[in-house]
Amino acid sequence: MSLVLLIFLPIIAALFIPLLFKKIGQIHTGWFVLLVPAALFIYYSTLLPSIAEGGNRVSELQWIPSLDIAFIAYIDGLSLLFSLLITGIGALVVLYSIFYLDKYREQLHNFYVYLLMFMTAMLGVVQSDHLISLYLFWELTSISSFLLIGYWYTRDRSRFGALKSMMITVFGGLMMLGGFVLLGIMGNTYSIRELISQSPELVGHDFFVWALVLILLGAFTKSAQFPFYIWLPDAMEAPTPVSAYLHSATMVKAGLYLVARFTPVFAASGTWVWLVTGIGLFTMLWGSFFALKQKDLKGILAFSTVSQLGLIMSLLGVSAAGFHVENATEIALNYAGFAAIFHLINHAVFKGSLFMIAGIVDHETGTRDIRKLGGLMSLMPISFTVAMIGAFSMAGLPPFGGFLSKEMFLTGMVALTEFDLFAMDVWGIMFPVIAWIGSVFTFIYSFYFVFHTFAGKHKPDELPKPAHEAPKGMLVSPVFLAVLAVVIFFIPNIVGEWLVKPAVAAIQPFMYDSPQAVDVHVAAWHGYITPELWMTIGIFAVGGLMFWSLRKWQHLYERFPNTLNSLYDNLMFLSDTGANRFSRLYMTGFIRSYLVYMFSFLVIIVLGTFVLNDAFAIDMNNLAPVGLYEIIIMLALVGSTVTILFSKSRLTAIIALGAVGYSVALFFVIFRAPDLALTQLVIETISVALFLLAFYHLPQISRKEERMRFRFGNAVIAVGVGVTMTFVALAAHSGKALPSISEFYKETVYSEAGGGNIVNVILVDYRGFDTLFEIGVLGIAGIGIITLIKLRLTKKEGQHENK
Amino acid sequence: MEIIMSVVIGFLFMAAVYLMLSKSLIRIIIGTGLLSHGAHLLLLTMGGLGGESPPVVADGVSVSDYADPLPQALILTAIVISFAVTSFFLVVAYRAYQELGTDNMELLKGTEDHE
Repeated sequence: MSLVLLIFLPIIAALFIPLLFKKIGQIHTGWFVLLVPAALFIYYSTLLPSIAEGGNRVSELQWIPSLDIAFIAYIDGLSLLFSLLITGIGALVVLYSIFYLDKYREQLHNFYVYLLMFMTAMLGVVQSDHLISLYLFWELTSISSFLLIGYWYTRDRSRFGALKSMMITVFGGLMMLGGFVLLGIMGNTYSIRELISQSPELVGHDFFVWALVLILLGAFTKSAQFPFYIWLPDAMEAPTPVSAYLHSATMVKAGLYLVARFTPVFAASGTWVWLVTGIGLFTMLWGSFFALKQKDLKGILAFSTVSQLGLIMSLLGVSAAGFHVENATEIALNYAGFAAIFHLINHAVFKGSLFMIAGIVDHETGTRDIRKLGGLMSLMPISFTVAMIGAFSMAGLPPFGGFLSKEMFLTGMVALTEFDLFAMDVWGIMFPVIAWIGSVFTFIYSFYFVFHTFAGKHKPDELPKPAHEAPKGMLVSPVFLAVLAVVIFFIPNIVGEWLVKPAVAAIQPFMYDSPQAVDVHVAAWHGYITPELWMTIGIFAVGGLMFWSLRKWQHLYERFPNTLNSLYDNLMFLSDTGANRFSRLYMTGFIRSYLVYMFSFLVIIVLGTFVLNDAFAIDMNNLAPVGLYEIIIMLALVGSTVTILFSKSRLTAIIALGAVGYSVALFFVIFRAPDLALTQLVIETISVALFLLAFYHLPQISRKEERMRFRFGNAVIAVGVGVTMTFVALAAHSGKALPSISEFYKETVYSEAGGGNIVNVILVDYRGFDTLFEIGVLGIAGIGIITLIKLRLTKKEGQHENK
Repeated sequence: MEIIMSVVIGFLFMAAVYLMLSKSLIRIIIGTGLLSHGAHLLLLTMGGLGGESPPVVADGVSVSDYADPLPQALILTAIVISFAVTSFFLVVAYRAYQELGTDNMELLKGTEDHE
C-alpha cells in the first residue's frame, strides 16, 4: 500500500464524518472515527521489524513536478516512532473523547473533522522527506490546532487562545520556511535525505547559520520553548481530549521532531549545540518553576509540558554535541540521544494519562480549580491511582518509566561537564545544576497536582456538582496508559530495541550506522553508586521537604510579573491599531484620492518602463499626410475640449462634449472608417440626449454651478497623464515588434468567412465571442439602469413600511 | 499626421483626467466620456492612419491599400461599451441627486461609522 496515501487517509475519512453525524446520530460519531487511527496503528506496527533492523520505506507522489515539489513519505526509525505515537495516542484519545463529549450537545462533526485533519497533518510532518510538503503539513497542524482550541467558539477565552497559538506558531512556521528555502539554495535540493548526505559541504556556506536560526525559530515556537511558550497555557481552553492529544503528546513534539531530524545537518555547528541545549534547559527550569503558580489543573499540566519539552530539547542538543568528539561513548554522551527519545515516549504516556485525569476531574466535579478540589481519593479511587502513577513517573520515581529516562537525562547533563569544546569546560557545570533545580521543581509540581486534588480535605460545598468516579469507558484510556508507564519500567530494553534505537540511529548517523550499533543498555540499578543516583536522591529529599512546606512559600509567586504575556498583548494591540491608523491614512473615502493614486501610478509605471527599456521612439517615415480638413476638425475638437474645461454652465459642457464626439466621428470618416463613423454618430446623439434628459429631471440647484476653480495638483497629474499617453501613442505607432494580424484578416476575409466588410466580419466571425460578451455588458448595464430607476430607497417610504 | 494626433490624444487625456479629479459628479462623467474618445483615437493612431480605401473588399483594390481593420473592430466594441458605462454612470448620478440632493463628491463620502 502506498505510504503517501496512508498519510491522507484520515483527511479522506473526515469527508464522511458530517454525513455519519447527521444520518446515524444515535451512535456516537467517535466510534467510526476510532477505526482510522486504530487501523493505521496496526499497519505501522507491522513495519516495526524491518525498521528495527535499520531499513526504511520510501513512497512518492508527484504534486508539482514542474517545480520539483512532491509528497515523499520516508519512514525510518524516527518517523515510525512518531507515526506510532500519533496513531496510538490518537486512538486512545478518540476512545476517551467518546465518553467526554456528549453526542447530543456537542458539534461532533466539527470536532472529529478537525481531529482527523490534524492527524493527516501530523503524519505528513513526520514522514515528509520534501521540505516544501513538510512546511505545508506543518502549517496545517497550526490551522487544525487553531480550530480545535477555538472549538467552543462562543467563549472569549477560547477564541483568544486560538488566535494566540495561531499567531505564534504561524510566525515560527514562516521563519522555518525561510530556513528551508535557504537550505534549498545551499544544497540545491529540497530532500532532507540528500541534505543530510551533503551536510559536510553545507557547514561553510554563508547562509548556514541563518538557516539554522530560522529553522530553530520554527521548532521553538511549535514546541513551546522560552520565550514562545506563552501560547500553550492559553491553548488549554480546548476540550481536554485535544489538550491531551495535540498540546502534550503530538503537535508540540513536532518541534522536537524537527530538531531531531535536522540534527545530522546542523550538528557540526557550535551555535546549534548551545542554542538547543541552552534554550531547552532554561525552558525546563522556567516551566517547572511557574507550574507551581498555577491554580488550574490543566494550567499546571501545560507548564509541566513546557518544562518537559525543554528537557527533551536540551537532550537533543547534547546528542548533537556527540558529533564533535571521537570518544563520545566514553564520556557518556551517547546516552543523550537515547534518553531524548526514551523520555519522549515516557512523556507521551504519562502526560496523556494525566491530561485525561484532569479532564475526568473537570467532567465529574465541574471545576478544575485546584483550590476547590481535594479529598477526592476515596470518591474516585481509580482516577487517583492513575494520576499517582502518571505523576510519579513524571517526578522520576521508580518503578515507573519516567525514572529511567530522568536518570539518563541527568547522566547526559553531567557528561557535558567533561566536554571541552565551545567553552563548555567553563560553563559546562551550569547544565547539571540547572537540570537538578528544574528536576526538584518537577518533583514538587507532580506532587502538588496529585495530592492537592485527591488528598486533603474534601470540600463538597465548593464543587459545582457532587463528585463521583468516572464512567468505565472514560477510564479505559488513562488506565491503559498508566499500565504502560509501569510496564516500560520493567522492559526498558525491549522498548529500546524496537522503538528507541532505530530513532537514535536516525538522529545520530555520525555516531551509529545502524540501530544495532547503539550500545546503550538501560538499567534501573547500575550496581554501583553514580553521581546521577546521588542527584536523584537529592531531588527526592529536597523536593519532598519543599512540597511539605509548599503552603508557606507558594504565595510568593504572586509577586512575579506576567511580562511575556503582557508583551504579547501590547504587541497585538499596537499592530491592530497601527494597521488601522495606517490604512485610514490613505483610505480617505474620497474618490478623488483613489483616482489620484491610480493616475500617479499609471504615470510612474508607464514612464518608468519607458526609461528602463529606452522605448521612446518617433518614427518619421510612413506618416500619413496632413490635410486641411484634418486641421479644421482637430481645431474644432481641441476648441470643444477647452470649452468643457472652462464652461460655467453644465449645459455648455454637455453640448461641447457632443461636439467632441462629432469631431471624432468626422475623424473616422477621414481615416476611412465608415462603420465607426456611423456608430459614433448614433451613439453620440443618444448620449447627448441622455445627458440632457438627466438634466431636465434634476433639481434646480444643480443648474447653477460655479466655474471650476483651477487646482494646481490636479493639473500636474492631468498633464502627466496627457504626456504619458502622447509618448505611448508615438511609441506604439513607431515601434512594431511583431507583424500585425490585420494582414491575415485582410487576405482571408472573403475565402474563410465569405464576407466583404472586414471590420464587421472580424466582429461577428473571427472575434464572435468578444462581441457576445460585449452584448452581455450592455445587457448588464441595462439591468442595472432599470433597477436603479425602479429602486426607491427614500427613508420616508421605509418608515411607512415599518408602520 | 500621426504625430499631431498623438499630441491631440495627450490633450484629450489631460482634459479628461483633470475633469475626473474634480468634485462634481457630472464633471467626472463628462471626463470619462472624454477619456473614451481619447482612447478610441489612440487605438486608431496606433494602427497607422494611412490606407487608401475603407476596409471593405472591392474589385481592383489591392490588399495593402485597405485601412487597418483591426483597430476599427476594437474601437467599434469600445464605443458600445463606453456608451453602456456612460449611461449607467448618468443614472447613478441622477439617482444620487434624487436621493441625496447633491452631486458633490466631498459630501457623498461615507461617514466614519458607515463603513
